[in-house]
Amino acid sequence: MAEIYAAALINGLLIGGVYALVALGLTLIYGVLHIVNFAHGSLLMVAMFAAWLMAEKAGVHPYAALPVVALAMFALGWLLYRYVIGRVSRGEDRAILLATLGVAVVLDNVFLTLFGGDTRQIESDLTFAVIEAGPLLLSVPKVIAFAVSLLLAGALWAFMALTDTGRAIRAVAKEPEGARLMGIRPERIFALAYGIGIGCLGAAGCLLLPSFFVSPHVGNVFVLVAFTIVVLGGMGSFPGAVVGGLLIGVTESLGGLWLGESLGPIGISLVFIAVLLFRPTGLFGAAR
Amino acid sequence: MLEVSGLSKRFGGLQAVRDVALKVPPGSITALIGPNGAGKTTTFAMIAGFIRPDSGRVVLDGHDIAGRRPDQIAEAGMVRTFQITQPFAGLTVLENIRLGAFLRSADTSAATAAARAVGLRLGLGPFLDRPAAALTVAGRKRLEVARALATAPRMLLLDEVMAGLNPTEIQEIVAMIRAIRDGGVTVLLIEHIMQAVAALADDVYVLAEGALIAHGPPRAIAHDDRVIEAYLGRGAAAKLGAHA
Amino acid sequence: MKAPLIVVGLVLALGPFALTSQSLVNFAMLTVVSAFLGQCWNIAGGFGGLTSFGHTIFFGTGAYTAAILQTRWGLNPWLALPAALVTGSLVGAAIGAAAFRAGLRGSYFALVTLAFAEVFRVLSNSLDFTRGGLGINIPLGMGAGNFQFADRRSTYAVALAFLVLATAAAAWLKRARFGARLAALRENEDAAAALGVNLVRTKTIALALSGGLTALGGVLYAQTYLYVDPAISFGVERSVEMLLVAMIGGAGTVWGPILGAIVLHIIADVSRSWIDTPGFAPMLYGVVLLVIIGLLPRGIIGIWERWRA
Repeated sequence: MAEIYAAALINGLLIGGVYALVALGLTLIYGVLHIVNFAHGSLLMVAMFAAWLMAEKAGVHPYAALPVVALAMFALGWLLYRYVIGRVSRGEDRAILLATLGVAVVLDNVFLTLFGGDTRQIESDLTFAVIEAGPLLLSVPKVIAFAVSLLLAGALWAFMALTDTGRAIRAVAKEPEGARLMGIRPERIFALAYGIGIGCLGAAGCLLLPSFFVSPHVGNVFVLVAFTIVVLGGMGSFPGAVVGGLLIGVTESLGGLWLGESLGPIGISLVFIAVLLFRPTGLFGAAR
Repeated sequence: MLEVSGLSKRFGGLQAVRDVALKVPPGSITALIGPNGAGKTTTFAMIAGFIRPDSGRVVLDGHDIAGRRPDQIAEAGMVRTFQITQPFAGLTVLENIRLGAFLRSADTSAATAAARAVGLRLGLGPFLDRPAAALTVAGRKRLEVARALATAPRMLLLDEVMAGLNPTEIQEIVAMIRAIRDGGVTVLLIEHIMQAVAALADDVYVLAEGALIAHGPPRAIAHDDRVIEAYLGRGAAAKLGAHA
Repeated sequence: MKAPLIVVGLVLALGPFALTSQSLVNFAMLTVVSAFLGQCWNIAGGFGGLTSFGHTIFFGTGAYTAAILQTRWGLNPWLALPAALVTGSLVGAAIGAAAFRAGLRGSYFALVTLAFAEVFRVLSNSLDFTRGGLGINIPLGMGAGNFQFADRRSTYAVALAFLVLATAAAAWLKRARFGARLAALRENEDAAAALGVNLVRTKTIALALSGGLTALGGVLYAQTYLYVDPAISFGVERSVEMLLVAMIGGAGTVWGPILGAIVLHIIADVSRSWIDTPGFAPMLYGVVLLVIIGLLPRGIIGIWERWRA
């Protein structure tokens, strides 16, 4: 019995690492642009499809494709902000929310049109590989995804803390007008931050694919998970996204164990609603 | 009419307002002045129900209304305006004013007629069917007052209605506030500038660093050393005295 | 000026009764149902600015109300209409009271409605009461007395009646005090509160009203297709479609959702003759939404307003 719990706990932590990376992108976008990026799940779907296409059509393993997909997603995010979301919304909250929803609807359905609604997976030697850790069997792709996700989270943190660009992003996040006076152009930083947030999804897509499936609807699975993590950790908080990601991974895994396959997913939605209703600043957020 | 006592509010480590007490007699124009950051706006927000006070009483016509919601306080007959004007930008000027009138009448045509009358009285006649977003700063200030007045209040809280206006516009709005008082509405206003209220107020309270430092008729307040120092800095009163 | 419009409207509304082509009647029915659901969304999302991403909660509540009343308690399906009005309003009032008391607005409100829809989906997918993922089959029994119509024109008539009801509610909002308060808090909550508007109560009532009406659409769905399941009832696609119809036509206007539904269904039909895959038409909806937000924030009806001004 204890072993089942331990296995669920470890599995939850492992998937939580990737969730953290997904949520990091979302929280970065919120922290800098103060927008709720509803297209986040759909863009993750695009990244997963990109990884799948690289594997199926070009024979490149997702891990090898990771840098390319991450860069391509960065470029896609940058372009999307520059030419669609930023243009269309004129800085109005509701317009931004609806613009990101519009982008999600378009992306989901472009892929539905091109690839149909089937779920797809890749075949790889790694897919079913396991490591024995005492009594537990750990899935190799999940262990790799966890380790690389946390590594990338650390790298992103270092980028934000140590580089000039990172400092400029943080300056804009805190004081857009002040940053403008210092010669930083906020519109550029917005597009850059959106691009980096979406770039994180590129990496996450490649890390998820070997142990997950992809379909045009897969974004719906992740969008609520990502928002739950970000709200739980505190909108805009980096450590919050990481801790929240791990917590939500475990919640999902234990929820499945206790409540069963069909009722299990309710845990995340309930956590989300409870946080919004009772502690909207999250665990790490400053008081409003 | 309005009696405030022991009103205090702390934000984190900062004591924004400390033990403020003031009395507004019915039919008067009372002013609350003070330099920037003195706690005027916080005091106002607590009186109008937008910020919950940590302690203290806000007694309107014998009822303690401290901690009630803004809409309940408006219902009780006391309505505020905003320093940074808050029009319903997508609605017309008339629709803006009518929302105030709807507080006293559920009937649309009656509320519309009442709103039109208030709008005409405050000189907004030519703009009634224009979008509120199209008004000038002075027009928006008038709209703030018009909306509040349309609720048929017994007491009006005016938050820096003169800020950002030119001297001619200030003269007009001073006349307008007098007319409102003469119409039977008690007025409490906050202003940053002393001169603006000298001609208007019967009674002046001065707030600095969250606490009241002086109270009296405008003439006396203008020569109060503590007030001069609060505005101009320590030692200013002595220097001014030496020149006089 | 108005008379020709009224004539056009009447012809469009009553025309389908004269049609014999099943596909045209079907088109008219689906359009009217969309317009009705969009109008329901509009009552909260357009007039009150309560941007819901989970309005299918109320649709699904109505659909399950109809299915459960008949299959569990053997009641006449017409009773499902008042029952759904009640259950839909109650769900709206409960979600509204919780969310608005907590001060959720804008994007946060949108997200919390999305999460509630997911809770409803998961619950209906796992409870025995709703027969879980199997869904509920409503036994066949054609006849007006049983609220099952062999002729789609009858279904169309019911949908049209719903649309008239919801549009009358929207028109009432446009001129009554309650609607004025809703519009005011949409534009500026602080100013509305200062002028005596009880924010939580006004928004909660709006969501309850919208929810009750939306639930009627769920009943009609259940009685038309005689089957209800968690994905149909609480899937995110329907929530998005309701929002699209209202936003594209013109949120916060009386005629916007009707216009939006006509435009979307024409796009759907025309595009199907080009590329007939499940995603193509919704993709175009998304593009239209982006264009509308960028160029016509008042919706298609904004063209008419500009032209008139």
